[in-house]
Amino acid sequence: MADSLSSLIQAVEAADSSSRLLEAVQNLASAHLEGAIPTLIAALSYNNPGAAVAAVDGLIALGEPAVPPLLEQLDCHNYTARAWAIRALAGIGDPRGLITLLGVATADFALSVRRAAARGLGMMKWHWFPEQLLEIAQEEALEALLFVARQDEEWVVRYSAVVGLQSLANAVRATHPEWRSQILSQLEQMATNDSSWAVRARVELAQQRLQTELEIQSTTAESPPSPLSATDWQIILQKLYERKGAERHVLAEGDPRRYRELAVAIAQPCETASNLSSTSNVQFSDE
Amino acid sequence: MSNELDSQSDGSLTVEQAIANLQGEDLGLRVYAAWWLGRFRVDAPQAIDILIAALQDEDDRTEAGGYPLRRNAARALGKLGDVRAVSALVQALACSDFYVREAAAQSLEMLGDPACIAPLITLLQDQVPGTLPAPEPPHLTQPFDAILEALGTLGATKEVSDILPFLDHPVPRVQYAAARAMYQLSPDPQVASQYGDRLVRALANEDLQLRRTVLADLGAIGYLPAADAIAQTRAENSLKLISLKGLLEKQVQIHSASQLSEGAIKVMTLMDELL
Repeated sequence: MADSLSSLIQAVEAADSSSRLLEAVQNLASAHLEGAIPTLIAALSYNNPGAAVAAVDGLIALGEPAVPPLLEQLDCHNYTARAWAIRALAGIGDPRGLITLLGVATADFALSVRRAAARGLGMMKWHWFPEQLLEIAQEEALEALLFVARQDEEWVVRYSAVVGLQSLANAVRATHPEWRSQILSQLEQMATNDSSWAVRARVELAQQRLQTELEIQSTTAESPPSPLSATDWQIILQKLYERKGAERHVLAEGDPRRYRELAVAIAQPCETASNLSSTSNVQFSDE
Repeated sequence: MSNELDSQSDGSLTVEQAIANLQGEDLGLRVYAAWWLGRFRVDAPQAIDILIAALQDEDDRTEAGGYPLRRNAARALGKLGDVRAVSALVQALACSDFYVREAAAQSLEMLGDPACIAPLITLLQDQVPGTLPAPEPPHLTQPFDAILEALGTLGATKEVSDILPFLDHPVPRVQYAAARAMYQLSPDPQVASQYGDRLVRALANEDLQLRRTVLADLGAIGYLPAADAIAQTRAENSLKLISLKGLLEKQVQIHSASQLSEGAIKVMTLMDELL
């Protein structure tokens, strides 16, 4: 195994043409080895779109272990590499990517980044979130997606927002029926008002799916528990709070006291590592 | 959603300014204004008039003798959708500048007036004197791909015999344009699908630029059986999404608006994965 990993990595490093690089990155990505993560991330800045797509797919398939190095990549000054890293984060759906996705879905100048982020916001691993943090996070995602669905000038980004809203409507079906209604009424408006045939068709599909969808709920119970630490959740909470503060100073939901209580709740390590199926309020694992 | 006012406040121009610039002395501002009027779909009658006049411009010349302002004016007139431009664009098909002829053919396709089929055929047969070949390799004598695409869209069913030889043209993108036109011009679905399948096979081409061209062709004809192959093509997701959007729009348009077809749902399922 180690041999194969190092020879796959070596093939990427030794590639002397664009097509060889693409092939080497594809091979490395499809090997599905955690040891490949640094090399796959490096491939995001090779200025070879084919290789970057393959690397993004590989990183998404590896999932959670790729998240911390991807977050580091966001600080780099290479804009293109940053855009690819965001697309990988959107595909993974890890909560540590939430703040980034919220920011870029509404504001990035590259439509491919807004597109990926809008879809990623809907596909977030909501079942990993502690309950109180979940509500704030989903509300932020809802607002961002509604904004994108109404305002983005690119059809494909609005299309993506519809896909995101459909997932989110499903995720909040039991906990926040009022948000679900808000999404449904947004879809209803778009069904007649959106300027793009393709977006209107996707809206219709979302409406159909939301009318018939009762089955998706069960999948979360079988997923592995959240690997995030209490520190991770603290950081997410703090950034969400900063975001809310920056957006609209002090509204009811932005009440600092509420956040302080929440911060205390999140700081308490969990009693059990696998409490997802329990009804515990704090649904995350500390390990 | 794009709205005219936003676009104008973002750019540095207003409609009045663009129209004034297009008639002004500064050649750089003129060529930019022509592009800008098309980009922001300014279809005011005055804008059409001066763009039509710009198709005769003699001031703006490249070293090689090209007409940059005419090129931009021809492109803009297609986007503005005013059929008053048709006869001026037909005249532009005889321009010595290859790119003016190409832009004119593309715009005539967009304006959709079948009256220009005859002059397009004359150009396809390379029978227009004084037209210079493309300055870049492979130095095509005429913008055959643009002409063929226009003939397909304009429904030139009687001219099929003039189109067929281009299926074997040495330049692949010309072959693809011919296949695309033949798909649109073949009333028998089985015959049409042979041309569609030909394009699907071309998605495996080694050349990325050609794969991109074929993605655009398949999107333009909305060929549903291509859906899976498009999704798997080695090219940017953005281009695959645009191509699939063409398929989806075709599905939505041919089926009753109240019911999504199976094909439409399939295409959207593929699109969702590419976002």
